[in-house]
Amino acid sequence: MDDFLLRALAGGIGVALVAGPLGCFVVWRRMAYFGDTLSHAALLGIALGFVAGINLMLAVALVGLALAGVLVLMQRQRKLATDTLLGLLSHTTLSLGLIAVALLQTVRVDLMSYLFGDILAVSGGDLAWIWGGGAVVLVLLAWLWRPLLAMTVNEDLARVEGVPVLATQLGFMMLMAATIALAMKVVGVLLITALLIIPAACARRFARTPEIMAGLAAAIGALSVCGGLGASFRADLPAGPAVVVAAAALFLLSQLFPRGGTR
Amino acid sequence: MSPEAALIKTTGLTVQFGRRTVLQSVDLVVSAGEVVTLVGPNGAGKSTLLRAVLGLQRPSGGTVWRKPGLRIGYMPQRLAVDATLPLTVRRLLALWGPVTDAAVDETLREVGAASLADSPVQSLSGGELQRVMLARALLRRPDLLVLDEPAQAVDVAGQATLYALIDAIRRRHGCGVLMVSHDLSYAISGTDRLICLNGHVCCAGRPEDVRRHPDFQALFGIDPLAMPAWLSAAGPHSHGAATPGCQHPHDPGPKDKHPHG
Repeated sequence: MDDFLLRALAGGIGVALVAGPLGCFVVWRRMAYFGDTLSHAALLGIALGFVAGINLMLAVALVGLALAGVLVLMQRQRKLATDTLLGLLSHTTLSLGLIAVALLQTVRVDLMSYLFGDILAVSGGDLAWIWGGGAVVLVLLAWLWRPLLAMTVNEDLARVEGVPVLATQLGFMMLMAATIALAMKVVGVLLITALLIIPAACARRFARTPEIMAGLAAAIGALSVCGGLGASFRADLPAGPAVVVAAAALFLLSQLFPRGGTR
Repeated sequence: MSPEAALIKTTGLTVQFGRRTVLQSVDLVVSAGEVVTLVGPNGAGKSTLLRAVLGLQRPSGGTVWRKPGLRIGYMPQRLAVDATLPLTVRRLLALWGPVTDAAVDETLREVGAASLADSPVQSLSGGELQRVMLARALLRRPDLLVLDEPAQAVDVAGQATLYALIDAIRRRHGCGVLMVSHDLSYAISGTDRLICLNGHVCCAGRPEDVRRHPDFQALFGIDPLAMPAWLSAAGPHSHGAATPGCQHPHDPGPKDKHPHG
């Protein structure tokens, strides 16, 4: 197998292992649209990263964090529903990103590779970021696991029981922003949410505990990456979309099984 | 009532949402072993008062005092766990701190939900879920149980059982109980003190006294004779069926959709 394909596999699997468990919380907490918003803002992060001359993943994560902060502030106003706010922020930041990229005179940005991913161009440096950053995200997620789960069940109850709700929430948003930054290269900003929620949705059917669901989601995500890359290599398909379609195919397949999990 | 026995105490508690005053100078004390029930029409501020006591709502004025080290067992109005979260009752009960399997089983037995330990939370009926949530609160070994409309999602037959269970629990554990209730009949039976709230405290005292208070009757359009016989048997029946104060018959039905109301 070629080197670039091995790197693509390693990068894709690395991202899937992080996106699976985190995606479970996205599904449980019904935050899919939030994930979309964060990933749409990633393009703005890329443009700003170019301008500032810093690592693009770092720039994307920072912009995602800023956006999460803005969202929390706007939610406190209670003037507009959260999905309206998300729609507003999501498309505004995407448009700002597109404009900013167009305005960048000095560097030519390959827009398509950021929108849909460029997994076959994953470099050794990218791999170090994905696996190093991914490990940090997973360790932090394990650390936040119990309070996050408690909050997901009932936020008021968690607060009464002394769970630091705001800090946990901010921590979770940070992990989301970081994961999106890591996944950007693999599936592109338009498709990241798919990698978060489809494996988790697929895993639900087979899981009896939250932890099993998280583990299964990671495995299903890794399987999707392998399948998508394989199809991409054989049939010359765009790799990012092929990974997402592979995940969706696994989801469809999972629906054929009788319910093994709870309910 | 000795002051040391007080578990929580609000003094001149006022809560405003924007320009709207939801609670105005509310004084409330709940002591150890005492059952205090808040009743009032929709939007009367019952849930807001609970939230302030729990520290979930910042007062705009006045103070909320909690006994130092007070352990509160809170039972929220409704627990809605997303269907995508695989969670058994046993796991739900272990989410809030270390508990042993034996303790979980014993507490579930106490609330009559022993057979549910390994069921998915989403498969429970309204009444079963409330009993499990009661077990959750008990596992924290609370000094004070705070219940927000415990019987809201429970069918009529289950409501009597649930209130009887709450009564039995407070007798066994000696904890104080502060609850919001909509259904006057069952709630009142085990209550030591009834507080009728409508933005401010309209009237408060022993249920059989409050029930005859003109403010209470004006709010609920209820006279003692309209209540179940086993309840009104405690008091004299001489207050007549037609009460002149019933001009604003607010519906005391179980449909308060405003948890912050």
